[in-house]
Amino acid sequence: MHLTIDDVRHVADLARLHLTDEEVRLYAQQLSAILDYAERLQEVDTSDVPPTPYVLPLQNVMAEDVPQPSLLNEVALANAPDKADGFFRVRAVFEE
Amino acid sequence: MSMTTVARPEETTFELVVGMEVHAQVLTQSKMFCRCATDYQGAPPNTRTCPVCLALPGALPVINRAAVEATIRTGLALNCRINETAVFARKNYTYPDLPKGYQISQYELPLCADGYLEIDLEDGSTKRVRIRRVHLEEDTGRSVHEGGYSYIDLNRAGVPLMEIVTEADIHSPEEAYAYLTRLRATLRALGVSSGDMEKGALRCEPNISVRTLEQKARGEYGVKVEVKNLNSFRSVRNAIAYEMERQIAILRAGGSVEQVNMGWDEERQCTVLQRGKEDAHDYRYFPEPDLPPLRIPREEVERLAATLPELPAAKRNRYEQAWGLRRTEANILSGEAAVARFFEEAVAAYGESDGKPQRLATWMTGELFRLLYADGEGQDLRQIASIKIRPTQFAALLKLVDDKVINPNTGKKVLEIMYVTGEDPQVIVEREGLAMVSDVSAIDEAIAAIFAANPTELARYRAGEEKLFGFFMGQVMRATKGKADPAAAKERLLQLIRG
Repeated sequence: MHLTIDDVRHVADLARLHLTDEEVRLYAQQLSAILDYAERLQEVDTSDVPPTPYVLPLQNVMAEDVPQPSLLNEVALANAPDKADGFFRVRAVFEE
Repeated sequence: MSMTTVARPEETTFELVVGMEVHAQVLTQSKMFCRCATDYQGAPPNTRTCPVCLALPGALPVINRAAVEATIRTGLALNCRINETAVFARKNYTYPDLPKGYQISQYELPLCADGYLEIDLEDGSTKRVRIRRVHLEEDTGRSVHEGGYSYIDLNRAGVPLMEIVTEADIHSPEEAYAYLTRLRATLRALGVSSGDMEKGALRCEPNISVRTLEQKARGEYGVKVEVKNLNSFRSVRNAIAYEMERQIAILRAGGSVEQVNMGWDEERQCTVLQRGKEDAHDYRYFPEPDLPPLRIPREEVERLAATLPELPAAKRNRYEQAWGLRRTEANILSGEAAVARFFEEAVAAYGESDGKPQRLATWMTGELFRLLYADGEGQDLRQIASIKIRPTQFAALLKLVDDKVINPNTGKKVLEIMYVTGEDPQVIVEREGLAMVSDVSAIDEAIAAIFAANPTELARYRAGEEKLFGFFMGQVMRATKGKADPAAAKERLLQLIRG
């Protein structure tokens, strides 16, 4: 499966990665090779197999609706690179 | 498009097409995938968080059973099919109020699908708005933008959120309003959401487009515009009406509508461009690997179906059919569970015969609601649950009027006092001396005094100026401080005035 330069730019954009033209070309090749490898799975006939959303033999794992104590504000913010007045602080985000 | 292919665009008829997306916070004690409390309103920032809703490495979500049940009950009330297998999915996008970098939502296998909600149209007929799906997801955090920074509070992140999506079945701003009103009443009757738009517990995003009848015949749709930031049903209605006009004007002028997101400017009553189509999102949904699927056995669906209360539409029909209520009052009284409860308890005390429920309904929606609306902050009928008047006292007041112990005008005064003090109406009538005077001798005495004081008017009446009767009637009511039984007073006056 051949990924175009535009495909790679789109995916990079969604992942907020800023790539050079050189990197885009390189990753287009590498990602295409990975997809080619995975494409071998297409050879298996799965028309009779229902989609598998989850691989472990588990279902209906749920908890009762009973609140438990939360973290203290200081603890919640302990690893934050920037904070103010009990909030996480980040550079202003608006749609570009 | 060349002008020759379009037959006079200014004469083209357009059809409005609206699909509605509603997000409703689910009334649970704890969050969707962790057990942090959901009581974040008014709480200091970041005091309702844990490793799961902070998205710390290695933390794993666990599904809240109550949220799942609430969603299935909603699906059942909206006549949906409950899928035997429901799967959570990751919806990927990058925004600071979404700490994981994805929202856990549902995509291919939602809990509920293919239902409908019946709404009333203005001409008295009903219409089904089809429900495409009802699924469960998590709310995002809150961001405050200030001085080049965004401040993030994750208390709300992970609060359970139901998304209710219609087919594009809505064809007027009024239908949209009727749909939302009925939907909110249903959610409140189920007790699954507060439905409070002003608190952000309910959010509406209409997708609005218009199309020509030719497009309709071909099964085609126009380009749709999504409007966000609507904070009341009235805004939704106004925004749809505005967008419809805007899009039709563009098309009539030979232009084309762009697929964009608009915001609603409440002050200027118009839509404004929020985001162009160029960054249309690509969410790359995939099944959530951290959550096993839900298998919902038929018995579980049946068990939940048995817990559904009587829904507003059914209540409305019962009020009309069993109690002979008019449509208007039946709709108002069935729309809020607390109001319906008050009304039904009052009917139980007052009686179902001789048009009594309608009389009660008229008094409730008129006099009592006037007091309710004037009370407190919001014009919120749900505060009826906490007023001092009990339904039995309200029924007792109407009995006093029926039995002519007091006349209707005095009844309104007594109601006002009851609203403040919570006393029984009989107690108020006795203490304030408000009982109606139907004692003929007292009325006769008053009439004689009035004749003596107004000889000229009496002479003019007797000379044929009959419209003066109203003047004398007014004098009698005034002389008895409004307490005279109007029927008795009129009868005595008619008799005595002839001389």
